[in-house]
Order: sequence, then C-alpha cells, then structure tokens
Amino acid sequence: MSIEVRTAAPGPRPPQPDPTDPRPRPQPGQARHSGWSISDRVGLAAAWACGIALCVAAASIVGFMAWKGVQYLQLEMLTSSPEASMDQSKSGGFLDPLVGTLLLTVIGIAIAIPVGVGIAVWLTEYGRPAGLARLVESGVEVVAGTPSIVLAIFGLLVFQQTFMGIFSFTAEGGSVFGRSFLTAGSMMALIALPLVIGSTREALNSIPRHVREASYALGKDKASTIRRVLLPSARSGIATGATLGMGRICGDTAIVVVLLGASMQTTPESGPLGLLRGTGSTLTSYVYNNSPSGEGNAPEKAYAAAFVLLMIVLLLNFAVGLIGKRNKPQWN
Amino acid sequence: MELKEETPQDVNTPPAEVPPLRRIVVESETVPIRVGDYAGPPDPEYGREPWQLQAGLDGEPVWVEERMRTEDLSIAYGEKLAVKGVDLEVNSGEVLALIGPSGCGKTTLLRSLNRLVELTPAAKRTGRIILDDQDVDGFDVTQLRSRVGMLFQQPNPFPMSIFDNVAYGLRERGSKKPRRKQLEPIVVDALERAGLWDEVSSNLNHPALALSGGQQQRLCIARSLAVSPEVLLLDEPCSALDPISTGIIEETIVELRTEVAIVIVTHNLQQAARVADRVAFMYLGDMVEYGPAGQVFGDPREERTREYVGGGFG
Repeated sequence: MSIEVRTAAPGPRPPQPDPTDPRPRPQPGQARHSGWSISDRVGLAAAWACGIALCVAAASIVGFMAWKGVQYLQLEMLTSSPEASMDQSKSGGFLDPLVGTLLLTVIGIAIAIPVGVGIAVWLTEYGRPAGLARLVESGVEVVAGTPSIVLAIFGLLVFQQTFMGIFSFTAEGGSVFGRSFLTAGSMMALIALPLVIGSTREALNSIPRHVREASYALGKDKASTIRRVLLPSARSGIATGATLGMGRICGDTAIVVVLLGASMQTTPESGPLGLLRGTGSTLTSYVYNNSPSGEGNAPEKAYAAAFVLLMIVLLLNFAVGLIGKRNKPQWN
Repeated sequence: MELKEETPQDVNTPPAEVPPLRRIVVESETVPIRVGDYAGPPDPEYGREPWQLQAGLDGEPVWVEERMRTEDLSIAYGEKLAVKGVDLEVNSGEVLALIGPSGCGKTTLLRSLNRLVELTPAAKRTGRIILDDQDVDGFDVTQLRSRVGMLFQQPNPFPMSIFDNVAYGLRERGSKKPRRKQLEPIVVDALERAGLWDEVSSNLNHPALALSGGQQQRLCIARSLAVSPEVLLLDEPCSALDPISTGIIEETIVELRTEVAIVIVTHNLQQAARVADRVAFMYLGDMVEYGPAGQVFGDPREERTREYVGGGFG
C-alpha cells in the first residue's frame, strides 16, 4: 500500500483588492457590509425581513389555531357525531368527519402507494421505449398540476357512468350517484400519486449503480433485484412520499365537497363494502360547512376541527422529517 | 501472510537487475512485500523456473488449473475499442492481477468475464470467453454470474442484516424457500472464509451497513463465496479502504486463491506485487504482457511494461 505524501496543492488565490476600485474598502474594525451599495443593503434587508415574516406567519397560524382550538375544543366533540340542529349545544361533535378524514386518507394512499411505486420503478429501472417514458413523466406532471376541484369534477363525470355503479350506488331510475368514499378516495390517490412517484424515484436514483450490479453479479435477475434490494433500500423514500401524500389528502377540500356527498354523518350503503360505497364528510368539509362562509354558522366548532386537522397534518410533516433521517441506507 | 519484511533471497535474478521492483520495496517499508509467490508448474515459455520468493502460504505448492479463457476478445463502447483482441487465461489456484494505467480496458475486460459489461447498452463484444470449456454465451446469464462472482470498488452490502446479505445469493434459487437453519452452515462457512466470522458471529442480525468499510468489503467477499463461485473478479477492491483494511483483504485474497480462481484489477502496483501470482499488463486496450508476477515486475519483456512498472507512465 502506498503512502502518498502530497504537498498541498496551490489552491486558488484569495481575491486581492483591486487598486483601481473606486469604492471605499472596508477597514479593519469597520462593519462587514460597509462597502455595499444602497441596493445591495436594501436587498439584504428585504431578504431578512421576508424570512422573518414567514416565521411570523407560520407561528401565528399555529398560535391562533391553538388558541382558538384549545378554547373551543372539548373532548366530547371528538367522540360524538354531528347532528342537524340550529342549537349549537345540540349539534354534536365531529367524530364522523375525523373518521372520514382517516378513512379517505387510508383509501387514497392504499391506491397511490402500489401504483406510484410501480410507476417509479418502471421509470427508473426500465423506462423503455424512451418516448413512452417521457409520456409517462408528462402524465405525472399533468396529474400533479391539475387543480383538485378539476379532478373532483372529472371524478364525478367518470363515476357517474352507469357501469361505475358498484363504486357508489345506483338510484331507482338507473342514474348513478357517483359520490362515495371509494370515488373520492380514488381521486385523492391521484393527488398523492405524484408525491409518491417523485420521492420513490429519487430514492431509487440515489442507489448507486454498483449496488444493482452486485445483485446481478450474484446471479439474480432484475425482478428479484428490484424486489429484494432496490425496494427495501427505497423504503424510507417511499414512506416519505406516502406521508407527504397523506398530508395532501387530509387537507384537500374540493374533492370531498364534490365527491363525498353532502352528508355530515357517515352514511353507509347496504351490502358488502357498504361503508366504502357510502357518503360522509371529513374535517375539511366540516370546517367549511361550519364556517360563516359555508352553510352552517358555528365558527367555534370550525375552529376546533381546524385545530385538530392542523395537528394531524403537522404530525405527518414531522413524521416526514423523522423518516427521512432514519433508515436511509448510506453507501460510500 | 507473515507480517515481516520480505527480502529477495535464493532467487534466480539478483536484486540488482530488477530496479522497478526495488523501487516498490523501498517505497513501502512498513508493509510486507510478497512478490511472485508463484507455486505453479515451471513456465516453459520463459525457459526458466518462475520467479519465486515463497511457496504457498503453508509451504505447500498450489495446484494450478485453467478455469476461464478469453480468445481474441474485443469490446467496444460505440466506436471506441476498449479491449483489443485479448487472449487471457484465468487459473484456479492463483491470483491474476490486471494492471495498467486508467482507461486501459482492464475493468472492461474484468466485467466481460461475468457478462456484466452487457448492462452497458453501447457495449459490443466479439471473440470468445470460455468457462470450463464452455462458451459463456451458452450459459444462462444468472447461472454464469453465480459461478463467476464479483467484488466492486465500493463496499456495497445490501441494506439488510449481515446474515441476509450472505444468504442473499442462496435464496430464491429453486422453487422451495430455504429455511434459515438450512442456510446457516453455508453462511457461517462463507463468513469464516472471508475472515469476518470472528467479528460478526454474535451479531448476525445487525444491519450490514453499520459495519466498517473494511468489514463491509469482507462481507461482500463472503456474500460472493456463499454461492460457491469458481472464479472471483475483484475490481479495485481496496481503493476505498484504509491501509489496515487493505492488508486484511489482501491476506484474505491470498488465502482464497487455493479454492477459487481470482482476478484482481488494481491501480496499485505494490498491491499487485503483494497478492498476484500472475500479472497481465494492459495498455490502451492491448494486453501488452502476461506472465508470472515475478517476471513481469522483475524482468519485463516489453518496453512499455518496463516503463509502467518502473513508473515511466506516471
């Protein structure tokens, strides 16, 4: 083994002051920015101010919602169903919307993970023909860029087709309702899909090529390399994408309002999978309906529900940070 | 390998006639030098006994037998010819080192032996590669690769436990899923042969990526050995490791050559001198010289080899 003695390579010389520069040079003891022009100083101040303003905005969102939330939130709101009553003391809590949010998130992410991971694996590991791969990539971008209200209306269009009756319910006249946990959940999957694809691809791309080759060199084919090495290595990336996607699903309102039906209470259909084919509400639609701009006028309950929703989403974001730090295989 | 300074004694060629080698010896005072160690039969081509400092590790001569052979092997990446008509023999019982400056085609040659080079879309190969008298093109590629194992520049254990890493190549081979109990003796044996067993025996279920770099590389050796290959290809296996780990890996390589034919690509001439029994010097895709290590380092026939082992190529 060679012990290389390297003389320090001459690095780039530090910039020397230009003697022809008319601007006053900073003297020792003078402030760091003393040589700066006015526009530079204003720009720097603005950058500082913007950063601080964002912190203030974030802190006030959490602060106000926590203040209102703690003020109005009562434990029985989490355990009682909403009731139709003008008297706010009898209008119940938001157990159904809370369960609805969780149910919709589970349905959406349960569809988005396998589909998204499949697309990401195909794009990174196969991706041929190249034209098709580009087409798929543009498809992902279109889905990612479509406003969720457009997805919602599109979903209604699709799921109201006669043969889609199994996903919601068919009225006696033969028209399909098109609104249910399943139909809303599948559109929610489209919202989470680009996030799952994106972070799975990133995770797969960060696995060095020689790790794949090491598996091939042991006599494994591509399929078992993907299943046994690449996907386990990408686990934390997939989890990150899924968690981000769950956050987006939790927070989406348009799809819920259009595709989950207008019932505040969870209303299952009869028969198998009745719950999934039935309608209901989520925290977002509950907040909307109880806020002064919605139908109801119960801002206290809207604040309390919004606080719970915010906590759920913040927890998910916090989880993203934890997942990203842990379990990520590090090769040299 | 004994950890003591080796001085040339009892050799055919007096040290004064091998200036490049002396250079190597002088440069690494603290490192055991093992030149040649060629224990095969006399090489008639050079008309003399192979240069030899030391017989096999335990003094026993090692039986040498051809395992792999290339015939007029050329590999091109698009228009660029990376390997030009190389004939090479890979023997069991010895370590073959491929040396040469960067970009001379040694890694490409190595990667062609287990057909890994085919993963590069632009690569084209002509000529034949023969494993145990059969053309490798006739093999199922997964079968070929389980007979010709490979170790990479960077240690690359899979993100799973130490045990599962070694057992990886054994699983999913047939329709039946082998139980851990069935795999355990093979895994333990592979870890022992790779010289890692003593360090990991109590934590086989720990994640492999928590090991040190040198341990990871030895785990990769064990992983390859578990599928009992006949040939082991090493692509600069120590270039990412510290000197101590390098020493341990080299020791392992030397020990393993009695059971598996080893081909090592290395930039490090001293390493080649320490581990190789036979050396092939490549330059710009040509195989310039191929012979026993002692001869290539001590008395190269070609001027280009002389310049390279003497540091002429820089």
